[in-house]
Amino acid sequence: MKLKLKVWRQKNAKDKGQFELFDIEASEHMSFLEMMDVLNEQLIEKKKEPVAFEHDCREGICGACSMVINGQPHGPQQGTTTCQLHMRHFKDGDTIAVEPWRAKAFPIIKDLVVDRSAFDHIIQAGGFVSVNTGQAQDGNAIPIEKTQASKAFDAAACIGCGACVAACPNASAMLFTAAKIAHLGLMPQGKIEENQRVLSMVKKMDDEGFGKCSNTGACEVECPKEISIANIARMNRKYMAATLASDKK
Amino acid sequence: MKLDSKIPKGELAEKWTKYRGTMNLVAPNNKRRIEIIVVGTGLAGASAAATLGELGYKVKAFTFHDSPRRAHSIAAQGGINAAKNYQNDGDSVYRLFYDTVKGGDYRSREANVHRLAEVSRNIIDQCVAQAVPFAREYGGLLANRSFGGVQVSRTFYARGQTGQQLLLGAYQALSRQISRGSVTMYNRHEMLDLVKIDGKARGIIARNLLTGEIEKHAAHCVVLATGGYGNVFYLSTNAMGSNVTAAWRAVSKGALMANPCYTQIHPTCIPVSGEYQSKLTLMSESLRNDGRVWVPKKKEDVMAIREGRKNGNDIAEDDRDYYLERRYPAFGNLVPRDVASRAAKTACDEGHGVNSTGLAVFLDFASAIERYGKSEAHSQGIENASSAKIKELGEAVVEAKYGNLFEMYEKITGENPYKMPMKIYPAVHYTMGGLWVDYNLETNVPGLFALGECNFSDHGANRLGASALMQGLADGYFVIPYTIGQFLSKEIRTPQIDHNDPAFNHAAKETEARIDKLLGVKGNQSVESFHRRLGKIMWEYCGMARNKEGLEKGRKMIQDLRKEFWGDVFVPGTSKEFNPELEKALRVADFLEMGELMIVDAHDRNESCGGHFRTEYRSAEGEAERNDEDYKYVAAWAWINDGDPVLHKEELEFNNIELKTRSYK
Ligand SMILES: Cc1cc2nc3c(=O)[nH]c(=O)nc-3n(C[C@H](O)[C@H](O)[C@H](O)COP(=O)(O)OP(=O)(O)OC[C@H]3O[C@@H](n4cnc5c(N)ncnc54)[C@H](O)[C@@H]3O)c2cc1C
Ligand code: SF4
Ligand code: FES
Repeated sequence: MKLKLKVWRQKNAKDKGQFELFDIEASEHMSFLEMMDVLNEQLIEKKKEPVAFEHDCREGICGACSMVINGQPHGPQQGTTTCQLHMRHFKDGDTIAVEPWRAKAFPIIKDLVVDRSAFDHIIQAGGFVSVNTGQAQDGNAIPIEKTQASKAFDAAACIGCGACVAACPNASAMLFTAAKIAHLGLMPQGKIEENQRVLSMVKKMDDEGFGKCSNTGACEVECPKEISIANIARMNRKYMAATLASDKK
Repeated sequence: MKLDSKIPKGELAEKWTKYRGTMNLVAPNNKRRIEIIVVGTGLAGASAAATLGELGYKVKAFTFHDSPRRAHSIAAQGGINAAKNYQNDGDSVYRLFYDTVKGGDYRSREANVHRLAEVSRNIIDQCVAQAVPFAREYGGLLANRSFGGVQVSRTFYARGQTGQQLLLGAYQALSRQISRGSVTMYNRHEMLDLVKIDGKARGIIARNLLTGEIEKHAAHCVVLATGGYGNVFYLSTNAMGSNVTAAWRAVSKGALMANPCYTQIHPTCIPVSGEYQSKLTLMSESLRNDGRVWVPKKKEDVMAIREGRKNGNDIAEDDRDYYLERRYPAFGNLVPRDVASRAAKTACDEGHGVNSTGLAVFLDFASAIERYGKSEAHSQGIENASSAKIKELGEAVVEAKYGNLFEMYEKITGENPYKMPMKIYPAVHYTMGGLWVDYNLETNVPGLFALGECNFSDHGANRLGASALMQGLADGYFVIPYTIGQFLSKEIRTPQIDHNDPAFNHAAKETEARIDKLLGVKGNQSVESFHRRLGKIMWEYCGMARNKEGLEKGRKMIQDLRKEFWGDVFVPGTSKEFNPELEKALRVADFLEMGELMIVDAHDRNESCGGHFRTEYRSAEGEAERNDEDYKYVAAWAWINDGDPVLHKEELEFNNIELKTRSYK
């Protein structure tokens, strides 16, 4: 299949950046990133700079890949990361626009690569259980109801890709933050610190420059792991409760 | 050089406990002054850095990733072993120890493996306490599944994403220490050299991948947890960034590389579909519980399938060769990984491969779907169920078990594995070889430690499924925090190491010169093209089956390729900027040396064992033949300055397990 690519090029954070057009011949069996590899091989052959993009596992789990394809984070297929998207979802002759995540808290490093350290900072603010190595009791001493464990898992499946932020008109990180708070809070081990956790993670989220949530639901639609927006409602409830509790003190 | 494994004296089952109880300690006030560099923050590195931070050391952790959460460990699917015996099925520390030594074809150290089996139980407890969402039974207790090569059910899992959940647990523990200031995190930093002062490891040279700056980082000791080197084959199931550079730079500074030829080739991966591919995808071992492996018997059927005139379902039952069931009636489709992989290769070499490249076999779920469907119909009280109904019910059962894998398969291939047999082929998956370490996980360079996949320690010549996660976390959470004290307790009077010591300046200059040399070649071929060619040589001559002539030819080809690389590679951009092509070039340069060493090791080992199969050493039935008399040793190689590799041997002693031939007939 013959395609036209409109790819965002930007030398560094300060550069203004612009689209560059390429013609490319792809096969429908290729993944989107394999098609980008072919493009880069062609550029290198012409001694030009390849397009920088992030990727590692190429099987939808590391959360590195991050392209806005025709306006949609991770492209048109639901529940799919960029690396798992295949060219059979496009037609011969299509023009495809490829852009980086765009959010104030994710500054562009080069071309399609952005800096997502802000997510690490949110986790550092409390996305953990305070237990040192060696302090644990026997694993089976804490039974957890199967459906509860399964709900916690659904939230824990977040890959930290940031598509939710890229999809949000306010570049809010609510879905990411709420998913971690739900994962930990739904399990007895993580429940104990929940008040403190929700307050400090939400504060960090604001400090890092992510926007407010206005309930558009775009995050849930574009999330490749289909993390539920119900986690946000849960976080809001917990946040209220924790604020009240800390006011009382 | 005499290799001292430092295995403690005493009864096997008491060695670790006694040793731990008598080890030298570092007092808290001293810990606060002592600095440790941990390179790599996958399962092994993140767990080590977090725990060392908790203990009060000053830790500096490095990863080339943008976040520790993206390490290759994230991709592990199936599970993690532990000798908990929660199923009451006769599991024990001894049994896990025994299975691991046998599975490794008697090429690992008894004492290390026993310690691994002991601490496996603590790992599960620790991860549960961190809120890792393991699979549970209806009663709320932890669930288990079975893996290949064992007769008990000891594998803990979190759906098909066990590695992800364990890594997030370790990442969160690490994040906690970062927030407390006990660990300083250097992400997007790649270690490019090891720095030694007076023979001891005292720091690293790292490149800041955002700015290209070459940085000098000093510490009292250095811990490497930088993963495996499977990507030397170009195509593998490893993440794209996995590489050998950190370990190889250590080798160039005198560390020994042990058993480099032991490579695990996983039998069930999605086959290569085109030249443009750079990564292969694993289909979990658990599929072989229900999938039957076969190829068509008749060549005309093979041709018809390759040309798309027929598909797997069109082949009559009598015209199929279920070759694993035929050759290994006792284990059938569940033979260990090395055996299953070789059998697939044989079937394809004989011309029975079922895709256009001729390199694929079927993994067929039709029988399982029918079997489950019938039993479901029976239990739902449906009499005379139509075959369509049976299929529907059976597919639902298979979906509940393997849904996410089937979905992944369909996304990649565009084929529906519920309706058509999957096509699979073996692919490089894991490297058992790695830096030589003693019982303390210390290399032969004092103060340099190696953990996780990057050391050679526990899996011998073949790793059992679900044991890599166990080993990584054992090393990081429960071994290194103790054993590092054996070195550091002697360093409490050592002042802070100065990163302006001449040794640092020298190493930094060397690294800069190396980078400039690469950029200065300005040749005509891309880094990727060299990597691809290297992979082809490795796969052809040092892959699933090896022989003397082939290895000699392969070695020569790699030497030539390396020359060509340094004479004609083209690396765009400059050194002082974010430059992924340069990163790749540095890694491929090291792979071009490591590949040769793997071939040298494979050539030297005149026997077949585990993942190392030499066609000259096989029985009349074509099975692997070990030579315990001459090769019951760890081959630890020195490689300094491109020189001829020098072999140092560590004899293996088996005092608790009798050496036997593995048989799966
Ligand atoms: C698809 C797949 C599925 C698997 N499934 C299972 C399973 O079910 N069960 C099981 O037990 N095992 C499984 N394995 C094996 C297992 O995942 C790995 O062996 C294990 O995760 C390795 O962990 P590690 O911590 O040693 O290394 P890694 O996770 O590879 O981490 C390496 C770290 O080192 C860093 N690094 C490397 N080089 C440098 C450098 N030069 N400078 C700075 N940082 C560096 C990286 O950034 C990373 O942080 C699987 C493997 C694959 C490929
Ligand atoms: S919530 Fe979804 S979109 Fe957001 S980071 Fe997690 S996986 Fe990505
Ligand atoms: S490359 Fe890992 S999720 Fe896409």
